[in-house]
Amino acid sequence: MQVKMTVNGEEREADVEARMLLVHYLRDELGLTGTHWGCDTSNCGTCTVAVDGQAIKSCTMLAAMAGGRDVETVEGVAVGGELDPVQEGFMREHGLQCGFCTPGMIMTARWLLARDPDPDEATIREAISGNLCRCTGYENIVRAVRWAAEHPEGATDAEEVSA
Amino acid sequence: MQVPETFDYERASNIDDAIALLERHGDEARLIAGGHSLLPMMKLRLAFPEVLIDINDVPDLDHIRIDGDEIAIGAMVRHAAILDSALLAEHYPIFRDAERVIADPLVRNRGTIGGSFCQADPAEDLSAVGAALGGSVVVRSSSGSRTVPMREFHEGPYETKVGDAEILTEVRFPIRNATGSAYEKVERRVGDWAVAAAGAFVQLDGDMIADAGIGLAAVGADHFIVPDAEAALRGKPAIRESFEEAAQLCHDQCSPVTDQRGPEDYKRHLARELVLRALTRATARARGEES
Ligand SMILES: Cc1cc2nc3c(=O)[nH]c(=O)nc-3n(C[C@H](O)[C@H](O)[C@H](O)COP(=O)(O)OP(=O)(O)OC[C@H]3O[C@@H](n4cnc5c(N)ncnc54)[C@H](O)[C@@H]3O)c2cc1C
Ligand code: FES
Ligand code: FES
Repeated sequence: MQVKMTVNGEEREADVEARMLLVHYLRDELGLTGTHWGCDTSNCGTCTVAVDGQAIKSCTMLAAMAGGRDVETVEGVAVGGELDPVQEGFMREHGLQCGFCTPGMIMTARWLLARDPDPDEATIREAISGNLCRCTGYENIVRAVRWAAEHPEGATDAEEVSA
Repeated sequence: MQVPETFDYERASNIDDAIALLERHGDEARLIAGGHSLLPMMKLRLAFPEVLIDINDVPDLDHIRIDGDEIAIGAMVRHAAILDSALLAEHYPIFRDAERVIADPLVRNRGTIGGSFCQADPAEDLSAVGAALGGSVVVRSSSGSRTVPMREFHEGPYETKVGDAEILTEVRFPIRNATGSAYEKVERRVGDWAVAAAGAFVQLDGDMIADAGIGLAAVGADHFIVPDAEAALRGKPAIRESFEEAAQLCHDQCSPVTDQRGPEDYKRHLARELVLRALTRATARARGEES
């Protein structure tokens, strides 16, 4: 079947089987391999993308169900080569090691900050509880999200110099 | 890689359309709401519908509102919206208690109350909440809507009163005075299904229990309930001894099985302890001592 959706602001279309999952549509049909694919059982959250602004696990949604909707993946987060504050937070606070969980963490963090621009630590931990990280111990991920909350416009010039 | 068996996909534009599609495709067709129970089952090849009918575009199924002397929740209301609902928190904080411990925020952004009720997994938290509160379920077919009492809705594990060409449209809970409700769950790790869970609803008349409801998840209680435990509470003083008696009846009358989530005796122990805690908290809320 023809499945058409907006991905990172662009109309995309592919002829796929109805049973194709959104994560495979994004990775294998559109070549957007930034969205990772891990557990396949709706548990790890590395496949998280935003569909109509809601962070969801793309291994548990059919591509067909995303038809006609607005999908954002980690590739759509930086605008014109400028990192989003969440991405910058991950960089500055060392919020990743192997990076496998990172695309999902970033998409979930952006969804959180859109709803709650100033979340405390407990709120951040709760929000990312569907995203598993096997490397960092979460501490730096929480700091990365806090960094983004404190710098909604990104880094100031002064910080740019000291970084 | 887990991939479902092949199927045809249809998208319903309204409730009548969904019913017409169900009628046209017969008993090999299934509705898909959040897909967070059905797709995992299809990926594991435990379910293989020939036609999936997506109801995510169907309007008029996403309300939480007061309707007469009841609260009506549309079938497509997501877990996340239940968790965020001030109206539900005011009347029935049991929803907030339960939703905080159902899966994780990403799953809660998709999973629906209608899907939870229709899935009828014996560990489904919202089914236990419904059992504790009572109320009713509205089911529609091409011949019109019918209302099924909550406690008759679940026929057994994974079985409900919803027929082949029917759709659950709404779940309704009566609004009652001087009530409190609470939910208690033990899970192995954050976001997991319950090892055991208990919901309680209490209506007070002064210091006495006028009415009570208990819903149990994951411990093999038929229809998620233990009627003897509820009967034992009615007309009793709202004190710990009364709660302990009801909790003991739940312990004795539920029938958990040993599995990877824990041994049978541990689950019985949890049933008793969680019922006790839920009744205690529901009563404190009915008295306005806790929010
Ligand atoms: C990782 C993970 C963890 C989870 N943890 C928990 C947990 O801790 N506690 C818990 O209670 N649940 C848990 N769940 C289940 C979750 O709550 C599901 O969202 C819910 O069980 C089903 O809702 P759904 O909308 O996704 O239903 P779907 O998967 O879309 O449908 C489920 C069934 O209901 C039918 N159906 C759906 N809507 C209707 C309707 N309106 N009328 C008639 N039939 C309908 C479908 O045909 C299907 O048979 C978890 C799920 C996942 C993936
Ligand atoms: S791959 Fe989707 S949750 Fe793990
Ligand atoms: S950085 Fe390796 S899994 Fe999170």
